[in-house]
Amino acid sequence: MADGSATAGTTAAAHGLPDTFPKLLERNAREFGDRPSIREKDYGIWQTWTWKQVHGEVREFAAGLASLGVRRGHKVAIVGDNRPQLYWSMCAAQMLGAVPVPVYQDSVAEEMGFVIDHAEADFAIAEDQEQVDKLLVIRGKHKRPGHIVYKDPRGMRDYNQPGIVSLAEVAGRGAEFQNQHPGFLDAEIAKGRGSDVSVMLYTSGTTGQPKGVMLSYDNVIVSGHNGIKFDGLTRDDEVLAYLPMAWVGDHIYSYGESFIAGFCLSCPESGATVLTDLREIGPTFFFAPPRIFENLLTTVSIRMEDAGWLKRSMYKYFMEVARRAGIAILDKRPVSAADRFLYWLGGFLVYAPLKNALGFSRIRLGYTAGEAIGPDIFDFYRSLGLNLKQLYGMTETSVFICMQPDGQVKADTVGVPAPQVEIKIAESGEVLVKSPGVFLTYYKNDSATNETKTPDGWVHTGDAGFFDKDGHLKIIDRAKDVGRLRNGTLFAPKYIENKLKFFPYIKEAVAFGDGQDYVACFVNIDLEAVGNWAEKRAVSYGSYQELAAKPEVYDLLQECVEKVNRDLAADPNVAGSQIKRFLILHKELDADDGELTRTRKVRRRFIGDRYNALIDGLYSDRDRAHIKTTVTFEDGRTGAIEADLAIREAKRQPIASPAHKTAA
Amino acid sequence: MSSTGRVIGDTLLKIENISLSFGGVRALSNVSFDVRKGEIRAIIGPNGAGKSSMLNCINGFYHPQQGRITYKGSVREQMRPHEAAAQGIARTFQNIALFKGMSTLDNIMSGRLLKMKRGFFWQALYWGPAEREELEHREAVERIIDFLEIQAVRKMPVGKLPYGLQKRVELGRALAAEPDLLLLDEPMAGMNVEEKEDMCRFILDVNDQFGTTIALIEHDMGVVMDLSDRVVVLEYGQKIADGTPDEVRADQRVIDAYLGVQH
Repeated sequence: MADGSATAGTTAAAHGLPDTFPKLLERNAREFGDRPSIREKDYGIWQTWTWKQVHGEVREFAAGLASLGVRRGHKVAIVGDNRPQLYWSMCAAQMLGAVPVPVYQDSVAEEMGFVIDHAEADFAIAEDQEQVDKLLVIRGKHKRPGHIVYKDPRGMRDYNQPGIVSLAEVAGRGAEFQNQHPGFLDAEIAKGRGSDVSVMLYTSGTTGQPKGVMLSYDNVIVSGHNGIKFDGLTRDDEVLAYLPMAWVGDHIYSYGESFIAGFCLSCPESGATVLTDLREIGPTFFFAPPRIFENLLTTVSIRMEDAGWLKRSMYKYFMEVARRAGIAILDKRPVSAADRFLYWLGGFLVYAPLKNALGFSRIRLGYTAGEAIGPDIFDFYRSLGLNLKQLYGMTETSVFICMQPDGQVKADTVGVPAPQVEIKIAESGEVLVKSPGVFLTYYKNDSATNETKTPDGWVHTGDAGFFDKDGHLKIIDRAKDVGRLRNGTLFAPKYIENKLKFFPYIKEAVAFGDGQDYVACFVNIDLEAVGNWAEKRAVSYGSYQELAAKPEVYDLLQECVEKVNRDLAADPNVAGSQIKRFLILHKELDADDGELTRTRKVRRRFIGDRYNALIDGLYSDRDRAHIKTTVTFEDGRTGAIEADLAIREAKRQPIASPAHKTAA
Repeated sequence: MSSTGRVIGDTLLKIENISLSFGGVRALSNVSFDVRKGEIRAIIGPNGAGKSSMLNCINGFYHPQQGRITYKGSVREQMRPHEAAAQGIARTFQNIALFKGMSTLDNIMSGRLLKMKRGFFWQALYWGPAEREELEHREAVERIIDFLEIQAVRKMPVGKLPYGLQKRVELGRALAAEPDLLLLDEPMAGMNVEEKEDMCRFILDVNDQFGTTIALIEHDMGVVMDLSDRVVVLEYGQKIADGTPDEVRADQRVIDAYLGVQH
């Protein structure tokens, strides 16, 4: 990694920081030991530990782990929800030079077993009985982990299998161990180097087995430090830690940045209380996948529909004002004095109470990442004055690839390269990244390492994208799914499908076009939304199939498709891939029929084969297509559905520039 | 989940030759059994066998015409329910009997009523000793909330909760009284499989962690056989079997009572 002066900024030391987390903890305890480090709601009350207290707890626990036999290079699995003690045990393992391996707490024994066996973790720290039970099953199969430390003693009284001890007992043994081996712990802490492996994070692995990404202290500390500088985080910030500890986002934002910046982390009482805890803590910084923001917005919308006339019309009026003026004010663009006044008034009457109800009163900065967020949802929060931004990153790069700078936030891009990150776009359209956060290797998987990381340190993200005219990166699809039309135009199916799916009437969409003359697509109506729409217009229907075939419904969806075309036309990179012909499927795509994966991702190839007759129809000039498919009912029986589907032609926008231009 | 660590002690409650009738209807006739300290004791039987009447006798709601109940070594006089409660007997009901408009927290708090020393006046003032006392009780209640994993509904009105959770809150209220003997009247009636599994775990945990003696009525045979140490079987107000789950399962009279006899 270290190749002299050119990459001087890639180590923690070069940024003037202690080079390991145990050393950072020492610094924090010394420099601001009385400030809060972490909180947890327990028995209904927020309990707080200061940095000094945490430092003491972690040292004691580290010594306890040493007494169990944890040594440099060992792996320690950490299994459970976000709990202070589990964060501490990460640091405790690091004090000894061992490598913490956080594991997804809700994975079943088989998946967890793979990780523990692959990582060769002989020690595990578990939150409660549930996790211990899983670990015991795993031990029966893989002979690992030999030692299991549990945090919550509830229900654990009768566990007398060898090697199971409580966290409290381990801490007790730690005190003893320190008396017998004075200086051992400090010597181990001093041995730690920035280039050592600090953590091993297993990627969730949608394809094949999970891979263990090894990140060094330098990776995590420099990336975290850059993130902090980019967004101006300080030790006065408040963050709620509720996303899985095994996810790189939580590791960097909750663990890494709180140690580096020194801000206080709050752990919710339980998974079910996150929204209540959010309101009580009022974080200043909030990180969430789009789904959470969507759910919050849905709750608000439903509550407002049920509200009284006055509240409802006030909400409606001022949200309109916010849509007009809010985002512009947030981005410091000029806004008329009248709108400014109305926005101020709205803040008083609507936005502030609303933000308070959501727990966003104090929020300075919100991030969303993981998947595309609907522009409506994104704009809703931003118009309230909430600085919501998107982030693009992956485990292999210690998260940060692209971030959105204040004042330059767009719903459909992921922003500019993060500090110290270099990006290039390969011939195939794939995004390549080089940064101080680039991982060391995958654990025991050289072939995968060689596939993902080039010898000179570039990482293949597997995503296809391009830079827009302002230098913002736009991610369009997985690189392997991106194709080209016959005239060479870039065709990114997921990009088009996502645009379609942002309409409430469309549940699923499948776009075709690779090697064809034009783009065509299947759409699935959303029964609830379209059914509701039909009811209001007195369009009667008896079944899903009948509703989907109604000309009125076709009209409705044609509008959606044409709107997408207008949207696509605005961007010269994808303008050529506007949708020419579409049809509405007579049945919902279903995981039981193998058309979707269990996580509701479209299985493109399978659908291509199964609905071949329809695809032929789309690429002919006929206006109907006939199809016969077998379906699997919920009780496992199968039956056949036959349908004669209409095919519609959508209006396409003229394209200004030549279409066969490749990504920048 | 074996319960090898548990200690089953001496007899806590002894029922001897209890008979109870309402007018001409005989609900219980000449029933005897005992409950030992620390055990989970099930009372089962077909509909109308007298199970709930038995529980009502134990917690003093009904007064049997004949027989003797010995609790904690002393023979009980005619006793009213609140006196039974003061002696450490708590119960839940077949039909949920919570205060629907009150929050989970307040409902469980109401279970602490007998433990509060300050009077109404001081509590209303909420000052000095009354405040300290309330805080102590709140802490006890929070421990129960944590134990039953109902933190997320702490402040919700109980009437809005799903049935399974209401049952859990009711268990919480009974636990708040820190009982020596806990009577559960069909704790799993009307629950789905998952809720039943949760409830089973809580019952086992209560027994294991607090050492609470539990007497329960249940219809679900699978649940009863898994949970209990000993089972007593009633039919038409009479005891027809008494013993460990395996013994009871093999008993011909029990099989006849449940499956019917061929005539």
